[in-house]
Amino acid sequence: MTIRKSTAMIAAITMLAVGACAKKAPDTLPPAPEGTGTDTGAGTGTGVVPGSQEDFLASVGAMGDRVFFDYDQYNVDAQDQATLQTQSQWLQRNPAVRVTLEGHADERGTRDYNIALGERRANAAKNYLASLGVDPSRIQVISYGKERPAELGSTEEAYAKNRRAVTVVIGR
Amino acid sequence: MLLRPISLSLALLLTAAPVAAQTNPTPPAVTQAEPRETIEGTLSQDRTVIAIPALATASAQTVAGLRTDSLGRQIAEVIAADLERSGLYDPMGPSGIPAIGRAEVQAPRFAEWQSRNAENVVHGFVDANGTGGLVVGCYLYDTALGSELVRKGFEIQPGDWRRAAHKCADAIYSRLSGEAPFFDSRVAYIAESGPKGNRIKRLAIMDSDGGNHRFITNGQALAISPRFSPDYKKIVYVSYLNNRVRVFIYDVTSGSQKLVTESGNATFAPRWSPDGTQILYSMAVNGNTDIYRISANGGTPVRLTNTPGIDVGGSFSPDGKKIVFESDRSGGQQVYTMNIDGSNQQRISFGGGRAATPEWSPRGDLIAFTRMGGGEFRIGVMTPSGGGVRMLTNSWQDEAPTWSPNGRVLQFFRTSPGRDGKSSLWQVDLTGVNMRRLPTPQDGSDPSWGPVLP
Repeated sequence: MTIRKSTAMIAAITMLAVGACAKKAPDTLPPAPEGTGTDTGAGTGTGVVPGSQEDFLASVGAMGDRVFFDYDQYNVDAQDQATLQTQSQWLQRNPAVRVTLEGHADERGTRDYNIALGERRANAAKNYLASLGVDPSRIQVISYGKERPAELGSTEEAYAKNRRAVTVVIGR
Repeated sequence: MLLRPISLSLALLLTAAPVAAQTNPTPPAVTQAEPRETIEGTLSQDRTVIAIPALATASAQTVAGLRTDSLGRQIAEVIAADLERSGLYDPMGPSGIPAIGRAEVQAPRFAEWQSRNAENVVHGFVDANGTGGLVVGCYLYDTALGSELVRKGFEIQPGDWRRAAHKCADAIYSRLSGEAPFFDSRVAYIAESGPKGNRIKRLAIMDSDGGNHRFITNGQALAISPRFSPDYKKIVYVSYLNNRVRVFIYDVTSGSQKLVTESGNATFAPRWSPDGTQILYSMAVNGNTDIYRISANGGTPVRLTNTPGIDVGGSFSPDGKKIVFESDRSGGQQVYTMNIDGSNQQRISFGGGRAATPEWSPRGDLIAFTRMGGGEFRIGVMTPSGGGVRMLTNSWQDEAPTWSPNGRVLQFFRTSPGRDGKSSLWQVDLTGVNMRRLPTPQDGSDPSWGPVLP
């Protein structure tokens, strides 16, 4: 993930939002799909509920809800730390919010091992958030192993995006 | 499920509509001939030709909506399919060969079958027993010797006719190969559908040939890694019910399920002990996975591994004294053995790549596993001390072997690469030949083969 890519994504989202405003706005917005921002961001008066998943995604930026890992690794590197610091700032602004950290693996591991590996990754991210002052009791962990790939291809690029820990707001 | 073995002389007495041949209920003297083939000598090439005409019936009757004459043909078809799938035999019929009369069951026309180049012939009957059930008998003959090799008889409920067919096929297979039977057994697996990023995965069960297929769970919660209990009454598996990863025991009879253990942690990779009294499972605590053992009735779990690495999976030796499992304590996944109390942990897999998902053969002599290397998964076997490694498959991703009850055949699942990659169930002979895809109504993964039914 690069900053340039993130900026482009935000720009695209803003354009979508402008387009949406030109039409009659629905009473309630559909829930955002995981990992994609569909709102214009917090505090812009577009119906984003503070402390919601939409609010979180708008705050942390596109793909800012997840950290990525090397093959069969679970260490949190400098880029992951930056991502998690951004997440922790939002979490500390919304102290009542609880989240799930989903651990995932690419398809090049066996099923049971990958569940264990996803547990390692989700816990590594959780522990880093805790080290930044987020109460760990607010964070529950679930590993999906290789069951829920974000990218469907069988390429190195897809694998790199699937080796991830994703923070998802579950409520208060 | 009722399938009562009976002696065939009794079966003949029970038969409702006597025909001429049955006026003498004493079967002819049995000449026990030596088996003509051994497995090692007959793989793929030179398969024994066995003629299997439709089973005869004393009089065509309808029992529980099933006609005895139709069942005679269907049972012959199942027997032929079982024997063909074993890779050792070349069945002939029931289509394209003469039907037999009821009187021929114990008086085959050996010259005729010999002239059709059949080395063996299977004859049998399906008769109504007069009380709503069926009597099924089957006989295996050597056409050159003109002698009977084996016979089996069963009194069954009509709905269990497939089991009678599998039992007949098992008797024939065992008599000719010298191996233990395996057709009359069941498989639990995961039926898969939907897009790769959001697969629907349902617990399902079927006979070893894909018959009597039944979905167990509805797919709302992800289901993975099922294992039949040795008595087939329960299935232990992992469900993502309520967005948690937990091992459940599903009761096949009642349809209810319960947790193996109450824990706030993820539990997964369950396995039964050979006697069904114990369950192995893996549990992740703060990201570290270890292996535990617990009574199938609950109670206090015993922690068996205690390393900072991932210790996961596990499979009991058939004598229940040892466990083979995988661990990445040395860096990558490798296969280890230990005693059932966790003592004497020893790495047994070495060589290229990683080794995972070990499964101890019901015969005790081999351990099947998944070899990971060069971007591929392959199925292999090795001895319990790690020697004699042989790779049996060569595909992009073959994973998670499970043994036939007699330790001769392995099932596993094969996944194809790419955005539309799917999984399917396959089986291969222990010698690496006779690779076949199993028929399933949807895609399939995580097969688990149970023991031969009693």
